Amino acid sequence: MTSAAALRTTPLHQIQKEAGARFVDFHGWSLPVQFSGIIKEHQAVRGACGLFDVSHMGQVWVTGKDALALVQKTNANDAAKFKPGQSMYSHMLNERGGVVDDVIVTVFGPERFFVVVNASNIETDVAWLRRQAAGLDCAVDDQSAGTAMVALQGPAAKEVIGAVCPEAAALKRMGGLEARLFGEPCVVTRTGYTGEDGFEVVAPNAVIPRVWQTLIVRGGSFGLLPCGLGARDTLRLEAGLLLHGNDVDADHTTLETGYDWVAKLDKPDFIGKAALQAQKKAGLTRRLTGLKLLERGVPRPGCKVYADGAEAGVLCSATYSPTLETGIGVYYAAAPFPPPGRALEVEIHGRRFPAATAPLPFYKSLSRS
Amino acid sequence: MPEPAKCRYTKTHEWVYLDARSAVVGVTEHAQHEIGDVVFVDLPKAGRAVTQGEAVAVVESVKAAFDIYAPLSGTVEASNPALAADPAAVNRSATDQGWLYKLTSVDAAQLAALLTLAQYEEFLKTAA
Repeated sequence: MTSAAALRTTPLHQIQKEAGARFVDFHGWSLPVQFSGIIKEHQAVRGACGLFDVSHMGQVWVTGKDALALVQKTNANDAAKFKPGQSMYSHMLNERGGVVDDVIVTVFGPERFFVVVNASNIETDVAWLRRQAAGLDCAVDDQSAGTAMVALQGPAAKEVIGAVCPEAAALKRMGGLEARLFGEPCVVTRTGYTGEDGFEVVAPNAVIPRVWQTLIVRGGSFGLLPCGLGARDTLRLEAGLLLHGNDVDADHTTLETGYDWVAKLDKPDFIGKAALQAQKKAGLTRRLTGLKLLERGVPRPGCKVYADGAEAGVLCSATYSPTLETGIGVYYAAAPFPPPGRALEVEIHGRRFPAATAPLPFYKSLSRS
Repeated sequence: MPEPAKCRYTKTHEWVYLDARSAVVGVTEHAQHEIGDVVFVDLPKAGRAVTQGEAVAVVESVKAAFDIYAPLSGTVEASNPALAADPAAVNRSATDQGWLYKLTSVDAAQLAALLTLAQYEEFLKTAA
C-alpha cells in the first residue's frame, strides 16, 4: 500500500475538501469516496445528475500515418467502423486474448485517436502500445499527467453540459468533439461509466477547477450533486460495466466477460484474435455471471459462491444496489452455465445467504435510448 | 430517548444506557457518521451470552462492514426488530430508534468503568 504522504491528488482536491468530501486511497491516488452519502449520490445520478472527478484516468493520443493501424492491431473492436467524432468501447488484448485494459477510443481523424485508459493501467498500456508501435509510423503520446477529467452523468446532464460546452449537447451517445473550454483545448465525449446518459470532459489540469465549478453552479437547479467513487462503483455495477482488475484482467478474455460484441472476429486481424477464435471454437469454460441476494445482506468482492452446497466461484465485484435495494455481484461461473434464476448461496461473514443468478446488466436506464 | 449524559461510552464508539431492566446498546453519532449509509445490520440473537469486547454485531454501509463490540458482558435480551427492514434508522437516530440490542445480567462495575460523556468527547478530540 502507498503511504498517505505519497498519495497523488487531482487538481480538484482542494475544492472537494472544502465541499466536504471524504477521501480514500485508490491505486495511489487520494480520491473522494463520497460527499453527501453514497446512496444520495447514486440516486442523484439515476434521477437527475452527478459530477465525478475522474482525473486519475489516463489519456493517450495515438497520432500519425499508421495511427489507425496501431489502434486496429491493439483493439478487439473495429475502429475502421467508427467515423471521426465517434467513440468506441474496446478491449486491448494480449496474445492469449486476455484483457490488458478496457478503453474508450475516440476517433478524431484518420490519423488522430484519443484513448482513455484506466488509472491503474496507464504505464502498462502506454508501454504495450509503444511496443506494438515498433515499425509503425505513429506516436503514442501519454498526456495523463497534465490532463484532468470529470464525468457529468445522469438524465439531466444534457441540460447542464451547455454551461461549459454548448455544442456538446448536440453529441449523440458515444459521440466526441474537440473544443476550447476557457480558452484551452479540451475533449468532450458523450460517454460514461454509470449506465446513464452523460458526458466526460477532458481538460488541462489548470482549467478543470473552472469546469467543475461551472457545472456545479449550473447543475444546482437540476439537482446535481458532486459524487465520489462509492457511487461510481454502485452505479457501474448495476449497469453491468466491467471494473478492470476486479472483473477482468490479462488472464480473462473478452468472451469470458460476456462482452462478445466488443470482439469483432470478422476484422482482418488484431492481437488476441486467434486466441478468441480458438476459445470460441472450443467453448467457454467460465463466464462472468450476475447474481442477486434473495435476503437482505451485503455481498463483497472475495465472498464465496456456492451451488448445491459446493463452491462455485468467488465474487469479483459485489455491493449493495441502491436501485434494486438488494445485494448484487458478479462471479465467474463454470460451464455448463447456470440459467438466470438458478439458486445459489453467498457466504458473508461465515453465514450463507440465499441468492440466484441474474441477467446482466442488473439495471437499464431509460435516459440512454 | 436516553439522555447522552446518562449513557456510558466505549473507545470503539458504542453507547450503553442502563434502563430499568436492561442495558441498551447502540453506536454513537460519531460512529454512524463515519460508517455512512447503513444498508444492513446483523444483530445477535436473544439468549446469546456475550463477553465484553467481543464482536457481536455487524453494521454494513454500501462500502464496508463494521464490527460492533459488546461494551459489557451479559446476555442478549433482544435485538432491535425494526432494523431488519429499516437499517437506515442507525443513521437517522443512532442514539434512539437506531439502538442495536439489549443486554441483561450486566456487571455494574464494568459499566461504571466505561467512559462518561465528557470522557468520550475528550477521547474523540484526541483521537481525531
